Amino acid sequence: MEIYERKVTAIIGPSGCGKSTLLRSLNRLVELVENVRVEGEVLFNGKNIYDSDPVEIRRRIGMVFQHPNPFPKSIFENVAYGPRVHGIKERRKLERIVEDSLKKAALWDEVNDRLNDLALGLSGGQQQRLCIARAIATNPEVILFDEPTSALDPIASSKIEDLIVDLKKKYTVVIVTHNIQQAGRIGDYVAFFWMGELVEYDKAEKIFEKPEKELTERYLTGRIG
Amino acid sequence: MKVRDLKERLIKYLLFFSALLTVAVTFGIILTLIFDSIEFFSKVSFLEFFMGTRWSPTIKPVSFGVLPLVAGTLMVTFGSAMIAIPCGLLAAIYLSEYASEGVRAILKPALEVLAGIPTVVYGFFAFVYITPLLQKIFPDISAYNALAASIVVGIMIIPIVSSISEDALRAVPKTLREAGYALGANKVKVIWSIVVPSGLSGIVASFILGISRAIGETMAVTIAAGRLPRLVNPLNPADWFEPIETMTAAMVEIGMSDVSGQSIEYKSLFAIGLTLFAMTLILNMVSYYVKMRFREVYR
Repeated sequence: MEIYERKVTAIIGPSGCGKSTLLRSLNRLVELVENVRVEGEVLFNGKNIYDSDPVEIRRRIGMVFQHPNPFPKSIFENVAYGPRVHGIKERRKLERIVEDSLKKAALWDEVNDRLNDLALGLSGGQQQRLCIARAIATNPEVILFDEPTSALDPIASSKIEDLIVDLKKKYTVVIVTHNIQQAGRIGDYVAFFWMGELVEYDKAEKIFEKPEKELTERYLTGRIG
Repeated sequence: MKVRDLKERLIKYLLFFSALLTVAVTFGIILTLIFDSIEFFSKVSFLEFFMGTRWSPTIKPVSFGVLPLVAGTLMVTFGSAMIAIPCGLLAAIYLSEYASEGVRAILKPALEVLAGIPTVVYGFFAFVYITPLLQKIFPDISAYNALAASIVVGIMIIPIVSSISEDALRAVPKTLREAGYALGANKVKVIWSIVVPSGLSGIVASFILGISRAIGETMAVTIAAGRLPRLVNPLNPADWFEPIETMTAAMVEIGMSDVSGQSIEYKSLFAIGLTLFAMTLILNMVSYYVKMRFREVYR
């Protein structure tokens, strides 16, 4: 399965089909599970990420989670966390990264006057955009989204969707979603998983208009799921 | 009225009176402390009690300066906190973040057994084992000394610190840890920059609870620390090697001596008790305040 640069690849499928596990194997987060056995390889710029330094991999492949999970710190410290981990200490540099990341996450205008406030005082949608800013701050090439809107209301969700479409100008996006409509709205490519297997992977239009496999069609039309 | 309703009501009242009884007894104790203390302070001035630097309730010339006892209590509290806070927190981090389920299943109950050992056993242990051990390292340490008492009280309160801290650490959502790892942080960094700060209010609560317990600890310090009221200075190493007397130990001493129940010496017991109660009360209030402040910063 190839993931294309500066495109949105959406991974769909019913609960428990291995979507999130796949996503987590793309930044080696899967290794945190106790007693896990990892096999196979994931090539990133031609190199197997399991032969690379996980810290560097996770800097270049950011991740946004299902529930907004800002750290119990200030807005500024949340965004500055990644850069600090990667050794940036200079205040001016951090300030620039924070501003830049918040702007890219379309949150700057809402929070620029209260960067030192607690991140947990933000609304759910704002928290999720903060988490996106936090992922952007390490200057990644790829951003992974694990059902980023499943805990949000429709308005906040549509803001996140717009943002993701905007982000693909600069980043490669892989998004797991169990919302088929969402995959259709924002995905350039769609991969359909069923019971841990990749059933079909193609351009979004192709998947939605003329799926090759019967299983894909039955899932998309809601006859199985 | 139906019989069933009547039964429900009866049960409700029964439960209410059980709750009321506990509260009433607590208030009764506080009132006793206050009334007897008032009698004490009608004979001995506040100034003499709180500013006096000599405690000698039975040997003439009598003097009721509580400061040496407060100093003794603070010394043991400080010493035991120096042991219990780092050990307890590190144990909590190990149990919550590193230990496998199997190790945890054995280690956690084992640690909690420490809390179940009668404190008199701790005191005896300090006197019979820790002090002789310390004498090998510091030959001029006295048979009764503040250091051994602090060590055992420290060991005694480790389970309080570790158990409550561990609960606080485990309550930190897994997704926060994942977010840290996803940003490239390693385990040590995730623990110290995310997990510990997120659980800080619970961790601070565990420290304060442990310290409260150390302040009120009686048997171990009565046995191991000697009963010599001295105005000690915790920053002076020599003071750790000498006998001291804590507030609790002084209360035991008065309670067991043959002073009459109406004498001023006897009443001083209540004055110390009230002071001790005030100290723990203030500590609990500080803990509440600190918890609120940390919550503002971190939650």
